[in-house]
Amino acid sequence: MSSLEQMYQQVIMDHAREGHGRGLADLNLVQVGESHQVNTTCGDEIRLRVGLDGDRIESVSWEGQGCSISQASVSVLHDLVEGEDIAEAEAAMEAFRDLMQARGEELGDERDDLLGDATAFVGVGKYPARIKCAMLGWAAFKDAMIQARKDQS
Amino acid sequence: MLRPNLRDDFPLLTRTVRNGKPLVYLDSGATAQKPRAVIDAEREFYELHNGAVARGAHLLAEEATDLFEGARGDVARLVGADHGEIVWAENATAALNLVAGGIGNASAGIGGEESARFRIGPGDEICVTETEHHANLVPWQQLAVRTGATLRWIPVDDDGRLILDDLDTLVNDRTRVLAFTHVSNLTGLISPVSTLVARAKQVGALTVLDGCQSVPHLPVDVKALDVDFMAFSAHKMLGPTGIGALYGRKELLDALPPAVFGGGAVTIVTMEKTSWHEAPMRFEAGTQPVAQAVGMGAAARYLMDIGMDAVEAHEREIAAILRGGAAELPGVRLLGPVGDEHARDVVAIAAVAVDGVHPHDVGQVLDDRGIAVRVGHHCAQPLHRRFGITGSTRASAHVYTTPDDARAFVDALATVPAFFGVNA
Ligand SMILES: Cc1ncc(COP(=O)(O)O)c(C=O)c1O
Repeated sequence: MSSLEQMYQQVIMDHAREGHGRGLADLNLVQVGESHQVNTTCGDEIRLRVGLDGDRIESVSWEGQGCSISQASVSVLHDLVEGEDIAEAEAAMEAFRDLMQARGEELGDERDDLLGDATAFVGVGKYPARIKCAMLGWAAFKDAMIQARKDQS
Repeated sequence: MLRPNLRDDFPLLTRTVRNGKPLVYLDSGATAQKPRAVIDAEREFYELHNGAVARGAHLLAEEATDLFEGARGDVARLVGADHGEIVWAENATAALNLVAGGIGNASAGIGGEESARFRIGPGDEICVTETEHHANLVPWQQLAVRTGATLRWIPVDDDGRLILDDLDTLVNDRTRVLAFTHVSNLTGLISPVSTLVARAKQVGALTVLDGCQSVPHLPVDVKALDVDFMAFSAHKMLGPTGIGALYGRKELLDALPPAVFGGGAVTIVTMEKTSWHEAPMRFEAGTQPVAQAVGMGAAARYLMDIGMDAVEAHEREIAAILRGGAAELPGVRLLGPVGDEHARDVVAIAAVAVDGVHPHDVGQVLDDRGIAVRVGHHCAQPLHRRFGITGSTRASAHVYTTPDDARAFVDALATVPAFFGVNA
């Protein structure tokens, strides 16, 4: 597999097309947080909303546009963290960040299991310029979680 | 015709990328590669002549000063200016800010009566265009905020050409500054300078030209263009980073207050007040990037040795392949004018939008073939917005670009829709 093929694996192409979690959900939850992030090099934008129910992430939805890497990444994120406990989502977030810093090597520990489809992003780590694309949705998620945990309305 | 061995002057072009592929460098619009003459000039300056310019009383200081001022003369010659009309600035962005900042300072009363002619305020207008790079938009926008003046702009049509129908309304008796680019960094279009300058002169507005994408690629003569100021960067004209220049008509430069204050730029300083040198020194406070200036001078000489007419002729040949080829690909939209009848107005830049494929993804496929292009908004967000897109993929050339380089771009671009499963 060439580096290019490793980067654009079928899973990634599928997620980019399908966009799981696309479309902001109207949430009737106590704790809701939202974040808007922009990739300043290309102008790509994402708005992501999370809704919490106690320690559980009840809902993750988003809208925005971007390259296939950023779109696939937020789609995978949605599948990974929606319906999970906050602690698990945080572990996945940390594992994904480490994967991006691994220069194209797999993490090679039990954390690969935490990542599910997100392991397909391993090839992105070889291209520093694209790590930002892959992280855009995750940055929005991290920020939205902070907002949600502050929200007691 | 250029020398057939000209590419040998550029050491970097011999390296390989991405698993041994030859480099196809098509990102000269962002920054150009450097010929040995430029690299050597900088190295020799440090190895043999380094000293404090216009300060020391020793031989090295004399040599450094001669080289520094000689470089200024070479850069002046490239654009048809006089020696004292070239001010060093860090890059074109800094040069444009020098003018906008100087006008802002004049408006705040700095520079006294001498600079009163630059004062602007509420009721005055500054005019730019919708094609501007952020470097020639934001400083004017912010000057308007600072002074209470109003910012207006000349719109463009679907091809990216300036719409001049309302020029007489947009540039009117209240207009104090008309700032516009000579060549668009997105469409490659050459602006109708003489029409714009003529109108500015009728109403007594200052003209500020962004020469970033023209000086490296076309013969440019500031006296023939009759502009008041022009900014350009060395790194896009085969020179070093960290240096650029502002051309200004001498009588204007001598009256414009500086935007950066400090030593070296002043004649008499008391605890209460300061008087400035004449230009260019008044704008060159603090220790200057001397080796870079010497490198910029070497780049100007290198281009003059080739001849700017020959550079332009070469790049038109490349433009025809880049733009002609890209225009014919299904699923690919070439930004700017399409078709032969427009070719005379365009330099060797081809920015494209591929239907259904994000510019970052396009760039990645090209990079995999060793082709270096720029992706994103290229600091021209308003023009992209005008075209209904957020970004594009841009190929841009220079003297070392070969017809094969241009064809490699077109061939690689042709494979993009299928790679991403988009039906063109
Ligand atoms: C048309 C135009 N203006 C201004 C600039 C800014 O040049 P610099 O970044 O060297 O200041 C650029 C370069 O990107 C440009 O293409």
